[in-house]
Amino acid sequence: MEQAIKFVFVPHTGYRTGADNSMPWHTNGHASMIDSIEQSLRFQGNALQLRAQRQQVLSANIANADTPGYKAMDIDFTSALRDAMSSSPIVQRVTAPGHLRAQFAASAGGFERDAIQPAQDGNTVDMDAERARFAENAVRYEATLRFLNGKIRTLLSAIQGQ
Amino acid sequence: MSLMQIFDIAGSAVSAQSQRLNAVASNIANADTAAAPGTQAYRAKQVVFQALPMAGAAAQGVRVIQIANDNAEAPLRHDPHHPFANKDGYVSFSNVNVVEEMVNMIAASRSYQNNIETMNTAKTLMLKTLQLGT
Repeated sequence: MEQAIKFVFVPHTGYRTGADNSMPWHTNGHASMIDSIEQSLRFQGNALQLRAQRQQVLSANIANADTPGYKAMDIDFTSALRDAMSSSPIVQRVTAPGHLRAQFAASAGGFERDAIQPAQDGNTVDMDAERARFAENAVRYEATLRFLNGKIRTLLSAIQGQ
Repeated sequence: MSLMQIFDIAGSAVSAQSQRLNAVASNIANADTAAAPGTQAYRAKQVVFQALPMAGAAAQGVRVIQIANDNAEAPLRHDPHHPFANKDGYVSFSNVNVVEEMVNMIAASRSYQNNIETMNTAKTLMLKTLQLGT
């Protein structure tokens, strides 16, 4: 039997390595409970990962503020999250080291932003707007983190039965 | 992990901006350098940025692809007593425009600060993520 390492993409947890049947919640008898825990964390988990990805795209804009011809990018959070939630765990097999990994930004919501005041060299990064978005996204990331934390605490107190 | 990539992206920008600052320092230091007869005067150095695709990320960092010599003409100044003066009394000076370099310096240092702040924010977010569930 083939025992090669496979990468399985699960939206809220990222990549896992291992044989396909190494994910207990898909195979063994206790699947339903773990599944429901997973379900309850999935939305906030996906949101958190998308926020992190948007933060990355915005930081790239700030990094390229002086690069000639660079076009400012952004992620449409709403459509990206809708996409992530509607597609139940995407399973992407990576069979060769050169294969590209699926990215939220590549699949949904990634777009080139309209320039308000493009520079003479074709650069469309507006530093003030970029910093404002960056700060806003950081706050939203923290908010999502708190929601997730609240969920986890709720689950923990349910387990402890206090 | 997306937040981890921010360090690579902002780090590449910080390094590119520091190279730009380096070029500015070199240019300002050589603003008054005269050329000996038969040699070429110092030419202002300008860094050229290019977007750099990062491994496994949709976002791009920056890199310096070239440090180009400024094409502005080297000014000739009339100074017959200068040891480097030619037979007509002219001295060839570097083509550095100090005002342009000062502007360049301020822009580079602002960009540098912006990227450092980006990294700081990413660090704070990551530390808070580490505390998840505690």
